[in-house]
Amino acid sequence: MTTISDEPSGKVSLWYDPRVRSMVSQVILIGLIAWGFYALVTNTIHNLERLKIASGFDFLGTNAGFTLIQSLIEYDQTATYGRAFMVGLLNTFYVAIIGIVLATILGFLVGVARLSKNWVISRVATVYVEVLRNIPLLLQIIIWYKILLLLAPGKREFGNILGIGNFNITGLWTPKFIAQDGFWVTGIAIVIAIALAWMVARWASKRQQATGQQFPSFWAGLAIVIGLPLLVFFATGSPGIVEHPEFVSEGSMLRRGFKPGVGFVFIPEFLALLFALVLYTATFIAEIVRAGILAVDHGQTEAAGALGLRRGKILRLVVIPQAMRVIIPPLTSQYLNLTKNSSLAMAIGYPDVMGAGGIVLNQSGQAVEIIIMIMVVYLTFSLVTSVFMNWYNAKMSLVER
Amino acid sequence: MKKTLLALGLGTAMSVAAAAAATAGTLADVKAKGHVQCGVSQGLPGFSNADAKGNWAGLDVDICRGMAAAIFGDATKVKYTPLSSKERFTALQSGEIDVLSRNTTWTATRDTALGLNFAGVNYYDGQGFMVRKSLGVTSALQLGGAAVCTNTGTTTELNVADYFRANNMKFEVVAFEKSDEVVGAYDKGRCDVYTTDASGLYAQRLKLTNAKDHIVLPEIISKEPLGPVVRQGDDQWFNLVRWTLNAMINAEEMGITSANVESMLTSKNPAVLRLVGKEGSFGENLGVGNDWAYNIIKQVGNYGESFERNVGPKTPLGIARGVNALWSKGGIMYAPPIR
Repeated sequence: MTTISDEPSGKVSLWYDPRVRSMVSQVILIGLIAWGFYALVTNTIHNLERLKIASGFDFLGTNAGFTLIQSLIEYDQTATYGRAFMVGLLNTFYVAIIGIVLATILGFLVGVARLSKNWVISRVATVYVEVLRNIPLLLQIIIWYKILLLLAPGKREFGNILGIGNFNITGLWTPKFIAQDGFWVTGIAIVIAIALAWMVARWASKRQQATGQQFPSFWAGLAIVIGLPLLVFFATGSPGIVEHPEFVSEGSMLRRGFKPGVGFVFIPEFLALLFALVLYTATFIAEIVRAGILAVDHGQTEAAGALGLRRGKILRLVVIPQAMRVIIPPLTSQYLNLTKNSSLAMAIGYPDVMGAGGIVLNQSGQAVEIIIMIMVVYLTFSLVTSVFMNWYNAKMSLVER
Repeated sequence: MKKTLLALGLGTAMSVAAAAAATAGTLADVKAKGHVQCGVSQGLPGFSNADAKGNWAGLDVDICRGMAAAIFGDATKVKYTPLSSKERFTALQSGEIDVLSRNTTWTATRDTALGLNFAGVNYYDGQGFMVRKSLGVTSALQLGGAAVCTNTGTTTELNVADYFRANNMKFEVVAFEKSDEVVGAYDKGRCDVYTTDASGLYAQRLKLTNAKDHIVLPEIISKEPLGPVVRQGDDQWFNLVRWTLNAMINAEEMGITSANVESMLTSKNPAVLRLVGKEGSFGENLGVGNDWAYNIIKQVGNYGESFERNVGPKTPLGIARGVNALWSKGGIMYAPPIR
């Protein structure tokens, strides 16, 4: 009887050997990629030389000569191109980090609100999500900027928002805390307080598992984190002052208005960008949260209810932990989106890494170097965010025993 | 990681690799494609501005039209690429445009490290300040503490930092990429001061809600020689741009205008005959027809005509000739002879 055997007969030509074929095709693919990369790099270098464009990163040490409207570190026109780029980099982190925090809070609230049984609340949330996520972000940034400039009082007058701070067209001015000598003790106290609170929470959960007795670890932790540093701060003689913005309303017209450099200011360019990024990204986060909660089987809620848990506890202990598994991966990409979208800041003159980098590019003419640097920045930031969120996802996922 | 590296390389190399296509010499390329690709501003009245029908006009535009007249005998064979101050040099370096005629200041860095060449000066400018009359300021030296709106990536941005530092005044610069954004922010009161080249101040003032509420301060704080720019390493093309401008200036000096250039063909003045192409082979030496300057003058006009038509006292800008008058009339506009 003749049989068709799966085993290689040993006489198959190399051409038909699947292992050889797969090896060869992979080698060819890698070769092509390497060749393409090599061709691009050598071509670029050759063409730069042909166009007589100086290359290299030496220009970063040259005097920049221009100023930037917002810098978190010391910077003026005598600083270098490299420092100007750093300022832009920090400005990007600044808006991205605050934006991520605010968008997450707002997104969770709206996501839960859309599922609310209260008709008005769920409708308001629905309209908000459907309207804002369907308008291009660039448009929203520009609209917010125009609105801020149009609504804000002129430079020589000001309005007040809910006691948070005074504002006019130059921005939102808030008091600034300035640390003085000896503040480091309070800094250490904060670290110790957080560690203490964490230990209390661990102890409480262990005790609950062992004895069933509950301990208000959240409130205790909060008291430690706030109380201990405050106590240390006053014990070390209050090493810090609060600086309030100063408004000059007399003298020559040009000197009237908020005194520059006194107090803390959120410039309108930053505020417009932040509003737009937060409101836009929060709509997507809201949808992710809603999807995550809906993904938890209703039986879970019913079972928890049958065990006698209250509604708040059902949500906190049963539904949300399971929903998080669904929420975290898409949430990560929203964080990445927000960070990358912050580069649209150019449209309104906020000096983020794209904007400040663009000025350096233009003043120095080193296009290739600057573009590479900007790409590395976004790539690094995105990869770091991904790694962190993947770690968090692994921690939150179902632990199978 | 391999993928990201590749993408990285792709992105950066793309713009530069594109330039590799144009190698035969810009003039030959331009002749082959049938038009001059001219980089202009995104709308600066008097210098390069498009009307409602999309027709470009202005002092800078006239350089490109003059070049098209010299090459093709037809001043309309120009295509325009509106560029922001930030995009302009990359567009030229990468070969996207053939010539940049966009109120661009001639500086050492741009002339050397950027791989560019300035072919001459078609407008001698200087940086000035505009403020609201209500501020009660009469001199730039009273501007301490002011917020200043300007364009990003310009010499203006650097000059203003130098000026305030030299005079020990505090200031804050709010910089935008597009002129319309700068003017808009100034108009809404984000800044006290708007600074750019003086010619630009007059031009942009027309766009403000209440143009009469603003004044231009008397101080001129910098030298801003504006002129057309080409890539380094193509001398033939560089010569053509330079001599297009020189022909227009020489024509004004000899009194040849678009109206009388026809009659000048039979002039008895050998210098005139050389310019209009009746004597010598100056056009051929440039790689175009001998009637090159005739075509420029006939279709675009001499420098004085271009000035009067675009920015002069009879236009909304109302700029006097000043230093831009011919050297023989008290200015510094001077072109080498055609000989």
